[in-house]
Amino acid sequence: MPRLCIAFDRLRAEEKMLRDSAEGAGYAPLMVDAKTVRAGTSSGAAPFGDAVLERCVSYFRGLHLSAHIEMLGIPVVNTLAVASACGDKLLMTARLKAAGVPTPETHFAFSAEAAAECAEREGYPLVIKPLVGSWGRGVVPIRDRDALDAIIEIRSVRDGPHDRIYYLQELVDRPPRDIRVVTVGGEPVAAMYRRSGGFKTNLALDGTQEPCRITPEMAELASRASEAVGGGILGVDMMEDRSRGLLVHEVNNTVEFKGISRVTEADIPGAMVGYAAGLVRK
Amino acid sequence: MNCPECDAPISVPDDAAAGELVACPDCGADYEVARSGGSLELKKAESIGEDWGE
Repeated sequence: MPRLCIAFDRLRAEEKMLRDSAEGAGYAPLMVDAKTVRAGTSSGAAPFGDAVLERCVSYFRGLHLSAHIEMLGIPVVNTLAVASACGDKLLMTARLKAAGVPTPETHFAFSAEAAAECAEREGYPLVIKPLVGSWGRGVVPIRDRDALDAIIEIRSVRDGPHDRIYYLQELVDRPPRDIRVVTVGGEPVAAMYRRSGGFKTNLALDGTQEPCRITPEMAELASRASEAVGGGILGVDMMEDRSRGLLVHEVNNTVEFKGISRVTEADIPGAMVGYAAGLVRK
Repeated sequence: MNCPECDAPISVPDDAAAGELVACPDCGADYEVARSGGSLELKKAESIGEDWGE
């Protein structure tokens, strides 16, 4: 029986569900706290087993751990390439657009001045999003120049490496909900509506989940979005634009599934564990 | 076990897995369960980072 490894840095409900599912399937999972890993170019394969589900809540920790695991020749889900593409919104949007996946109109600017010029030309409202980040943090509607100037000021003070790159997106005219589709190996496994009374629908911000039947259109779009970023295990987020139909606005790399599990009968952790086991090199 | 911050007693289930979080009921500090040689320890939990998420 192959040994599956679940690499984590915070043992959330999702990692416990994966552990229990792997145990139930007889894989005797290796639970590895990424914070305890010390490794190098001469490291052996221990303690990662035959395939790894990378589940770190810290994006950069998980990304670099994946690089190490791939160096060892062990399959990791998601791959370093997929994690790289999904962890940066500009890279992700570029992949979606290049693959012809419908996505909101998005503008990239590479200085504060260019961002201001872009906003003035395109008009308000817009949504500004940090390149790296999740749970809706730093996602802000920009309704006028004053709001944009405030963001630019904050970023100029902080001046992190991503702060000089601006990702501005149209404010999509949609119902107060979006759709999350979990895909495993390109196949939609489960979906939910995420609803909130405000601008953001993230469950991490107290959005609520509702059952969602996966329509053929959702399934096809989710599969295309998965393929666009390189496949694996993903959370594909869609909005229902009132005139254009479904738009994919995000593809998530280490998808959380505690919330969606409450509104679906699909065995999400079972599908993930089965997918990872299928990657074990013979 | 006692809270390293405020010394209040913290109840940690015997079957707690390494990496699980517990909070001090008195001061609210978050700790991560660690196992060392079969015994349980509490380590200060990391605070939410800018790159945290899914």
